[in-house]
This record gives sequence, structure tokens and C-alpha cells, in this order.
Amino acid sequence: MALVKLTINNQPHTIDVDPEMPLLWAIRDVVGLTGTKFGCGVAQCGACTVHLDGAPIRSCSYPASAAAGHKITTIEGLSKNADHPVQKAWIEHQVPQCGYCQSGQIMSAVALLKQNPKPSDEDIDTAMQGNICRCGTYERIRKAIHSASTEMASAPKMPKSTPKIGKL
Amino acid sequence: MSTTPTGTETGTSRRNFLKAAGLSGAAFALGFSSVDSFASPVLNLSGQPGMALPESVELNPYILIEKSGRIVLMNPRPEIGQGTYQSIPALIAEELEVSLDNVTIRQTGGETKYGGMWSQAVGGSGSVRGGYMQMRKVGASAREMLRQAASQQWAVPIGECIAENATIVHKPSGKKLTYGQLAEVAAKLPVPKEPALKDPKQFSMLGKPMPRPDVPLKVAGQATFGIDAKVPGMVYASIERCPVLGSKLVSFDASKSLKVKGVQKAVKVERVVGKNRYEGVAIIADNYWAALQGRKALSVTWDHNNFDTFNSADFENKLRDLAKTDGVQGHNTGDFDKSFADAPNKVEALYETPMVSHSTMEPMNALAHYKPDGKVELWVSSQGGDLVRGDVAKVLNVKPDDITVHILFNGGGFGRRITQDFATEAATLSKTIGKPVKVVWTREDDTQLGPFRPMTFSAMRGALSADGKAIALQHKVISPSIDATMNEKYDKTKADDTMLEGTGDQKYEIPNLNTRYVHADMHVPLTYWRSVTSSTLAFSHECFIDEMAHKAGQDPLAFRMSMLTKDSDAKRVLTKLKEVSGWDNPLPEGKGRGIAQWEFFAGLAGQVVEVSKNKTGGIKVDKVYCVIDLGTVVNPDNVKAQMEGSIAMALTAATKDAITFEKGQAVQKNFDANRMLRINEMPTVEVHILAEGGPTIKGVGEPGLPPLAPALANAIFAATGKRIRRMPFDLEKV
Ligand code: FES
Ligand code: FES
Repeated sequence: MALVKLTINNQPHTIDVDPEMPLLWAIRDVVGLTGTKFGCGVAQCGACTVHLDGAPIRSCSYPASAAAGHKITTIEGLSKNADHPVQKAWIEHQVPQCGYCQSGQIMSAVALLKQNPKPSDEDIDTAMQGNICRCGTYERIRKAIHSASTEMASAPKMPKSTPKIGKL
Repeated sequence: MSTTPTGTETGTSRRNFLKAAGLSGAAFALGFSSVDSFASPVLNLSGQPGMALPESVELNPYILIEKSGRIVLMNPRPEIGQGTYQSIPALIAEELEVSLDNVTIRQTGGETKYGGMWSQAVGGSGSVRGGYMQMRKVGASAREMLRQAASQQWAVPIGECIAENATIVHKPSGKKLTYGQLAEVAAKLPVPKEPALKDPKQFSMLGKPMPRPDVPLKVAGQATFGIDAKVPGMVYASIERCPVLGSKLVSFDASKSLKVKGVQKAVKVERVVGKNRYEGVAIIADNYWAALQGRKALSVTWDHNNFDTFNSADFENKLRDLAKTDGVQGHNTGDFDKSFADAPNKVEALYETPMVSHSTMEPMNALAHYKPDGKVELWVSSQGGDLVRGDVAKVLNVKPDDITVHILFNGGGFGRRITQDFATEAATLSKTIGKPVKVVWTREDDTQLGPFRPMTFSAMRGALSADGKAIALQHKVISPSIDATMNEKYDKTKADDTMLEGTGDQKYEIPNLNTRYVHADMHVPLTYWRSVTSSTLAFSHECFIDEMAHKAGQDPLAFRMSMLTKDSDAKRVLTKLKEVSGWDNPLPEGKGRGIAQWEFFAGLAGQVVEVSKNKTGGIKVDKVYCVIDLGTVVNPDNVKAQMEGSIAMALTAATKDAITFEKGQAVQKNFDANRMLRINEMPTVEVHILAEGGPTIKGVGEPGLPPLAPALANAIFAATGKRIRRMPFDLEKV
């Protein structure tokens, strides 16, 4: 066991874990953020995708200790009110079905658009191939990425509608 | 974590409600109750756990109205991605005259007041089909009670009291009372027996593309799935079960496991899958990673009891041998043997399909707490709260009323989460260790341990008249059986209806039609997989119809239409498909299109697939046209999503990996060998919905799946001349 200092969504966390523990389990079981999902554990499905200094990584195959000193962003830290242009596009196109893969899909899409603001269909296919969606939401993912790309290219404006989170 | 049930016991008036709404076993309650009597905070699917709720009035078991005016709708059908978190509440809300934007949706957990077994489960594409009238009546009767309450309060005729937007308005005077203000009085009124239902022309949400209330949660990472559930004092477990199914646990040595930091103990635990019982060793730990490490350090001795000789190649040969036997008769019209013997033109073929895994993105898991007082509480992704309750009661010998189930968002179901082995195993483990425990399966566990979709082989024989008319067809299915692998009692002398699913139900007017079933014993557990046996039998049946069309020298669509002279839904589907796919427009060299339709218990859809040969000699799936016949549609955008998803899943099953056995265990362990369709392989999908009314509503979740594989194989034949008779087939090596 060792003390590992992580910065997740701009919050510092000091956790006492096996340094080999994958970041995924540190985030889910120790820090308690469950938006990041477990799908395969072997970097095959993308469900566990988070950002390390803005770049997408598979947190199931990345030791927590190696993430120390880096800026980790999970789906919960992407935006305050789930109003990142990619999240808004996901709502506009009603992408999720079961939704289990979607945190990972969104994190991969955000990273793609950061690197390539105007991706072609081929660019999207290449960047998103590591993210399995068993429910088959791929066509909508493609459309939503194009929408988000357009939205992000236009001058910043007030969000059309703020999606409601929770009904309580 | 605590729940504070506040007593809403069954009374006579509840039973009246039942009768009124046509619900069996559900109930009607008066007085105040807390919403939390149905749902502990973690169940709150809206992602903000822990908030206590104020008192509310239960207008009926599905509708709770707080004094503040907040409305809670109880959804009996688990959300597995198919959209019941929107479609079922929408049926209530439409008649109740409330917007889904202004309600809280909660999931029921198998409580008996909502009905008997399967009333709170999802499967068979049945939620909307089954609930369309029932749930509307639930909403309508509550609306009528609220109008009645307002009319009494104001002493005005009820006809002048209009329900709109969670308010009753007195039209002549403009006076208003909110549902919150009226609920207490309304709840004491008699329940209308046959409440008036809205004219569909007046619908504000049913039949229109509506956003799903779960989507914003899922996009924010705030939707709570079973795997996300937490309770204080909870421990984690990973269980070593023998991948050679049928093996017995002889002994285990956990001394190295116990040295792993965070590992607490190792105990035996039993997994029950239908009639099958499998022992395993659970490693209990402070966190899941430690449990996994402890499991790796475990050494177990298994007695394989000869099951390690089982392999797919031998089993397939056995099926091929059995294909030569007659089996038992299923459907029969006319005289197949005679007409086949006498026919001038005959076609015969053997089709082969494999076992596949469900591979929901969320691996199997369950959080269970067997408490000192003998009561059990579970938090699960499951396709039925009632199914969980029923199975936990049976396996642990606990009274159903002592079991509380919290159904969370399911990260996929596809039929896998109808079997509750993951839940009963976790509950058994919690009883053994005396703590709440979360068992999470690895992807390898999930892929290798089943239950799987059964493989089916089909021996097809067809006969044509001299002028190219189909005069006889025989579909003989040779396969293991879901029922036989799950249940003690299985009657081999009878044709297995599930394993013959749909083969006798197509609308083709073939005068001599015979279906037969040959049972093959297998010890590997099998279960329902999205669209059940239609997912394999449509492939053999509809490819073979294509073979007959080519033998007759006819266009495959025209051949099918020639067998549909009478009016039928199938005929309308094919007519629509012909139009939207531009079937009669010739395609350039190197391209081809194929067609298939399939009608079965869940519904009816047809598809045209367009393919092209790529430069490396492989096949690219360019486009899928899909026509689904529904009669009545609730949320067209969701239907479209379900077609897209069914097509992706069918394409995976047709062209990716089977589950195959060697030395008694599944060879495929994770997504590297059990590949799933990825975004670059997804074709464009164009969906057309036939919703022209009519007495029957057809299902949505499954019918989009069966036509894809045969339409694709038929398209490949059109493009290349190569007839495919076995799934899966590799598109790169056709
Ligand atoms: S869980 Fe990390 S890639 Fe699948
Ligand atoms: S939405 Fe279910 S796996 Fe992608």
C-alpha cells in the first residue's frame, strides 16, 4: 500500500492503495466517482475512458500511481451542468440506449474534437473505434460528434437549453 | 441506508382499483405514504440519492402525489436501454395530463401489489404491448378522480372541470386547483371502473418522437447502474468459478490470497442457473481490485467429471448426424412428404448457427445484504424485480415479502438479465459472510460462464412446381434446448415450441408446410437472447426461401410476394420495403441487395441490405432499409433507436465471433476474441415505421434483429453468387 495523490476534476485526493491498482478502481471504489465504467478490464472496450492532461486513456489498464501529478478528468468533471457541447449534442441526438458505454464514448469524443475540431466520418471512425457500444448507438454518435463540432466552431453563445439533471 | 416503510396495506378499495384498471394482483391505496416506502434512496434513478421525501398521497400504486404538488410515477418495467423509463411513464402521463418534465420516475422492485410474476419484468418485447391500455387506464382513472374531487369542491358539474398540466381548471370561471391540492380528497373517491380514455388524436406525447428522461443522466455520468450501488459496510467479491461448466469443487487453498492487502476471506459459494448448480470460491475484500488480486493467488482443485472432453467440433458433428433423424412434428399443413416426393424441382440445404454470448456492456453484478433478521435487500441491474424476488426466495428459502429489491439502470439486458443467478449468488454469499457484499463479474466470467444463446442447425427441404411455385417446405430444427438445459422436467416427445419459434408462423401461402424438432442433449446452460430462436431460425428459413426463389428463376422479392396473395401485415411490410429500398432500380456491378422478413411472437419487421465488394475481396455492408410493423407507435424516435441497435447486434452475431468450446470451456474470454461490432463497421440504417392503427400492438425491442442476417447473406449471394449457410461468416473472407 502506498499513499497516492490524485487530482480528479480539479479536486485533490490522497488515497492509500496498492500502487498497481488501476486508476479505474481508484476512481470508482476509493474516490467514489462511479460515472466511469468497467467493461473489460483489458483496454478493449473504452468504457473506462478518462482524460489524463486532456488526452484519453483507458483507466482500467493504467496504474493509479502513474496518474499522480497529472490532471485527471472524468465524465463528472467535464462540465458543471452536463452542458459541454458534446453532452448537449448527445442529448439532441438522443444517443444513449442503456447508457453504460456513454461516459467513455463522450470522453473519447471530447478528446477527438479537441485535437481535430472538424473531423470527417473517417476521422470519427478511427478515433472512436476503441469504444464498444453493445446497444449499437454508433450512427447517433457520429451525428452527435458532427453537431458538437459545428456548435463548438460557432461563436460562443448562451446554451439553448440546460438539460435537467435529476428530478428531485 | 435505510428505508422507512409506512404501511400501505392491501384493502378492499385497492382490489376495486385493480378490477377497474384491469390489473391483476396490483392494488389501490388510500392515505399517506412516503415514496421511500417503495424506494430506498439508492434506488433513486434520477441520480440524487439520499434525499428524504415529504409525505405524499398514493392515488394508485403507480401514481403518488405530494402535497407540494410533486408527482411520482412508478415504472414497473426495468430500463435496459430499450426506453421503458420513458415509454411506460408516458402512457400514464398522457392520460393523467402531466408532462414527463414535471414528474419523478421511480422503479418498482417486484412488490406484489403491482401484480404477479412478469408484471415487473422486461422480455419478449412486451412492455408497451402489454401496458398500452393498462397503463393508460391507470392514468385515466386517477385523472377522473381528480376531476371528481374538483367538481365536488367547487360544486360544479364534472363536465366543466378540465384536466390540463397537473391542474384541474373550471372552464367557465377560470378557477384552478393543482393535483397536489386535490390529491387527498381524490384518493378517498371511488375508483372509476371504465375511465374514459383520450382520443389518440388528442395525444400530446404518445406517437410523437419524445426525448428520454434518462438521457441527460446518462450523458452526465449520473445514472446509477447496478454496478454503481453502494451501502455502508459493504465489501467486494470476485468469485472463481470453473470455466469447465459442470465441474465440482474438490478443495481450495486461499493462503496466498489472504496475504493480499485488503483481502478479508475466502469462502465457498453456489451459483444456481435453473436446474444447474455450480460451486465457486469467493474472495472477499475491501475493494474490488484487491478481490481480483486475491482471486489470482487462489489455487483450486476441480473435478471435471468428464465435462472437459466437451468441444464444439464434436457437438456440431452430433447435430449433423441428428439432422438425418426425423424428430417430432411441430407445425403441419398439407402433406409434405408426398408433395416433396412428387415435385419436379427440389432444393435441400443444411444451415448452421452458433452459440453466442449476450455480452451486455455492464458485466453481471449484484449487491446483496442478508440481514441478521433474515430479511434480504438487493440492488441490481436485472430485467425483473419480481424475477429477482422469486428466485432469491426460492434459492435462499426466504419469504418473498422479506425481500426488498432495488432495480437500477441496466447496462444492457438482451435476455441475459432474465436469469437471476448473479443475484441469488450474491445473496447466498452475503448470508455466509454476514455483510452486504457486491459481487462483480469480470468480463471473462461474463463471457465464459453462460447461459448462452443456443445454436440451431436447420435441415431445409423445399419443392417447386414446374411453373416455379413453392408447393412444399420443411424446416427441421436440430438443437439443444433452453428449456431442457434449465428445467428438470423436459418432455422430449413433444416438439419444443421455443426452438421452433416462428418457423410455422410466416404468412407465405405454401400448401404443404411441415416443421420438425430434433433434440440434442447438452449440459451447457442456455437462455433467451434478444429475439430468442428467431435470431438463428430466420437466417436458415429466409435464406432458404431465397434459394427456392433462385431455383424458380425468380426475383427474391417477387417470389415472396407471389406467396402473399392474401392481405397480411407481412405483405404490407414487403410492399413498403420494395418502395423505400428502390428494389427495382438496378445496382452497379459488384453490388448486391438482399431481402428478408420475419414474423414471430414479438412482432414483425423486414429489411433490405445493400452490400458492395471491396478492393480486398471482402464485403462492405453499405445500407440497411428497415420496415417495422407496429400497428401503434408510442415513441417513434426510440423505435428507430431500437432498430439501429438490433441491426448492430444482429450484424455482430452474423459476422463476428461465436462462443465455441474446447476442453469443456468457452474459448472466447474477452472482447479481443469475442469481438463486437465497432463504429467503423456500422452501416447506415433507414427506418420506416408502419403504425396504421389496428387492434394489435406489436413489439419493438426484438423484431429488428432476425431479418438482418438472412437479408445480408442474400445480398452477398446477389453480389457474389456465393451462398452462405453458416453463421458467423467473416465479411473479409466471403
Ligand atoms: S474497461 Fe477499460 S477498456 Fe474496457
Ligand atoms: S448505450 Fe448501451 S452499450 Fe452503448
